[in-house]
Amino acid sequence: MIKNSVIASVLCMYSLAALAQQHVHTESADETPTPQNTMSGMDSMQGMDHSKMQQNNVEKADMSKDKSAMSGMDAMQGMEHSKMQQKDAAEADMPMDKDTMSGMDSVQGVDMSKTPPLDARDPHAYSDGLTLDSGAFALPGPRQLKMADEHAFWAVTFNRFEYADGLSSSVGSVSQYDAQAWYGNSYERLVIKAEGELTDNKLAESETQILWGHAFSTFWDSQIGLRFDSSEGPSRQWLTLGVQGLAPYWFEVDTSLSVGPEGRTAFNLEAEYELLITQRLILQPRFIVSAFGKDDSENGVGKGLSLLTTGIRLRYEFSRQFAPYLGVEWTGKYGNTADFAKLEGRATRQTQWVAGIRFWF
Amino acid sequence: MSKNNSKFFAPTCVPRRHFVKGTLAGSIAIGMGNLGTAFSQEHVSSTKANTLTGNEFDLTVSETSVNFTGNVRTATTINGSIPAPTLVWREGETVTIRVTNRLSVSTSIHWHGIILPYQMDGVPGISYPGIAPGETFTYRFKVQQAGTYWYHSHTGFQEMTGMYGSIIIQPKAGEKITTDQDMVVQLSDWTDENPMSVFAHLKQQSDYYNYNQPTARDFFNDVSRYGIGKAVAMRKMWNEMRMSPTDLADVSATTFTFLMNGQTPNGNWTGVFKPGETLRLRFINGSSNTFFDVRIPGLKLKVVSADGQDVEPVSVDEFRFGPGETYDVVVKPTDDAHSIFAQSMDRTGYTRGTLAVQQGLIAEVPVVDKPVWLAMKDMMGNMAQGDDMSGMDLGSMPIDHSAMGHGAKSMDHSQHAMNNSPLAIPSQTVNHARSEYGPSVDSRVEMPRTNLDDPGIGLRNNGRRVLTLADLHTLGGPFDPRLPEREVELHLTGNMERYTWSFDGLEFGKSTPVHFRHGERVRVILQNDTMMTHPMHLHGVWSDLENDKGEFMARRHTIPVQPAQRISFLVTADALGRWAWHCHLLFHMDAGMFREVVIS
Repeated sequence: MIKNSVIASVLCMYSLAALAQQHVHTESADETPTPQNTMSGMDSMQGMDHSKMQQNNVEKADMSKDKSAMSGMDAMQGMEHSKMQQKDAAEADMPMDKDTMSGMDSVQGVDMSKTPPLDARDPHAYSDGLTLDSGAFALPGPRQLKMADEHAFWAVTFNRFEYADGLSSSVGSVSQYDAQAWYGNSYERLVIKAEGELTDNKLAESETQILWGHAFSTFWDSQIGLRFDSSEGPSRQWLTLGVQGLAPYWFEVDTSLSVGPEGRTAFNLEAEYELLITQRLILQPRFIVSAFGKDDSENGVGKGLSLLTTGIRLRYEFSRQFAPYLGVEWTGKYGNTADFAKLEGRATRQTQWVAGIRFWF
Repeated sequence: MSKNNSKFFAPTCVPRRHFVKGTLAGSIAIGMGNLGTAFSQEHVSSTKANTLTGNEFDLTVSETSVNFTGNVRTATTINGSIPAPTLVWREGETVTIRVTNRLSVSTSIHWHGIILPYQMDGVPGISYPGIAPGETFTYRFKVQQAGTYWYHSHTGFQEMTGMYGSIIIQPKAGEKITTDQDMVVQLSDWTDENPMSVFAHLKQQSDYYNYNQPTARDFFNDVSRYGIGKAVAMRKMWNEMRMSPTDLADVSATTFTFLMNGQTPNGNWTGVFKPGETLRLRFINGSSNTFFDVRIPGLKLKVVSADGQDVEPVSVDEFRFGPGETYDVVVKPTDDAHSIFAQSMDRTGYTRGTLAVQQGLIAEVPVVDKPVWLAMKDMMGNMAQGDDMSGMDLGSMPIDHSAMGHGAKSMDHSQHAMNNSPLAIPSQTVNHARSEYGPSVDSRVEMPRTNLDDPGIGLRNNGRRVLTLADLHTLGGPFDPRLPEREVELHLTGNMERYTWSFDGLEFGKSTPVHFRHGERVRVILQNDTMMTHPMHLHGVWSDLENDKGEFMARRHTIPVQPAQRISFLVTADALGRWAWHCHLLFHMDAGMFREVVIS
């Protein structure tokens, strides 16, 4: 059984690291290095440890520890890591001088380190004080030439827009939505996340977040903002800190830690993967875990690990922006949350068929 | 389609997939009355009919209805045609070009590769404010060069929606390359979508147009072909780095229809010759986002000029060129009809035309090659030499150098061997900019490759003799024999996941100009830290491409830099003013892979 405190402390660690990151670096948009610990936290979540892999280039390391953390294809790959790397290294006759490699933190010639070395080149060194709107031959007035890097884009994605029905008669059918919208440039965005359930055409449960998303590394955004939950009981408001991005091996990860009045805390982790069977037929496994720091009996959630959801959806992309799908989703309630459900005579485990459309515009 | 062994067959046999191959004939629907005419026959298919010669030109920019795919769309055109009229100038003369804007938005025309005063360069916001609606701007400059060039709008995505045409400049001293006929072959790409929508799609999902992604099926095929170990290893690095081995082009034939002289593949632009004639084909890549691999099956292409500058003739079967580049080739047809075949680098589509002794003849059109995964050397340069985890590109390293211009090389050797200046050879030390460590960059290459003899992904060891940069030797050497006084190193960077493109991790809006001191000879080193090829176009001055030994290769205005490659060129900063310097893939440019260069 996973301890809530463990989850909370891990999450806390890198949520805070991400936040600290924002404060330090918001002013200089041109340099946003990321502390190693932030990323290694993310990587180990996936059961991948980069530093270990780099060593594998040089010496065969025991990967068995990592194997347990991996699943499916990853475990398969995990088995092959050490062997392959060594083989390729030998074939390639690459310079395996540890001194040159270690400082760079590179994986076979691609520098993946997050912080610039002290003697890194100044990108403005060639300007001799000229700017885009001042200095020799500059057109009069404010700068006229603006390109798309200064243009705001937006998109609204309904990742799930579906009808779900229980396999057993005790579970009723519901309509569910899971949407995300963003507006902004490449690095700073307004993000709105909305998720909810409708029963009998009435909004039964919803979770809506308004966030400021800030890119802090190549693949990761930190998100800070407000979250509003509505359920059978009283509505709950939260301050939310989150991290969203793409983990190695293309796992889409969205995780957050929320803090509310009366000392309430909530943790959410959602991970998705897209397995292309063909160019248009895509299998999407999805995993969600949520936990709370405090009982909220009125809303039927209890302290500790509360919900685990695992789903798999098979969609066909008629276009990138329109894809109907079918799937199955399994949900389990745990700890006090399960107890509350039992008290109300509700099931603590349920399996549902889902049918819906994924679309964006 | 039945297999037809005879060389010629009726055009009706050509399968018609409209989106990829376009409509049979129509493109420009002239006049409002023809708006509904889906297959207008009014299009001018001979470039000669659409040629303007002289010292004074009047060009009008306006909206025109076009139909390339079966759908009527609005294009921005120059004098109502796509491509715009071919302008024929004479070296040494002064040309006056009045450009009138009949659009409701601002426009501009840039003379690509032309040496001229910076106020005449036509980049809005840098050279001048642009041409406002209803306004006429008069360009006037002395033509100081000869060869094949082109012109296009430098405003927004107007180039992509039809504003491009060719320029032929006749040499003052008379044409040295004598052929019986001279034809322009301008390639381009057309989308029915609004270019800004295409950009927005890429911003939301950068692989939006890529339908050649690795699938589970491919994985199991590879397992049975190579074994589990190799199949996994092929994918390992890509998955760890969150990059796609099939990211060969951002925009594919999913939305593009590729054009030759404004004609779709089905439209079949035809250049008519008389048996026995030699032809000079002036190839211009006027596309917005597409590298083309061009060949004429059955004929050797004698490349005589690159970017308008005559080179030592080199015979090849095929050449690749990116947006902005031009190559002149001389061919001598042996049959009554030959296909000019230009497939896109990502192998999703092609355009073609025909050289024939009369209109209506066609020759067999080759099938598009299978797309090849990017190799490890495209990700990490020299670190990968000899290694090939992609497995798809085995044996790609040993490239046949035997046919290449060794003579010229050894000559240059001796010339430079006597020079002991530390700047005689371009620096090999990789210096990443501070700003490359952040969200704008997804990879930094530690050991770039510096060889110029790689034809590039999809062309390696394809059984054809493919032109590489190592084959190019501009006749007469550089105009300026001086060694560089200093080096300027910049890196081409991007983050495919966020769809950001930049120099040194800084998009245009965050950048500062690169300053060249007037009169100096400076070496520019470009290192490509991304996994795409970028055609880098520096306005106002020539880019004297050199090899990694510092030997002069070719005078270019647009240099393609391959993934994980580090190239260098020398610039003589003799043109005062502000100039644009950018990747000529339009979406990369607009995303911010764009710098100002100030010569003062």
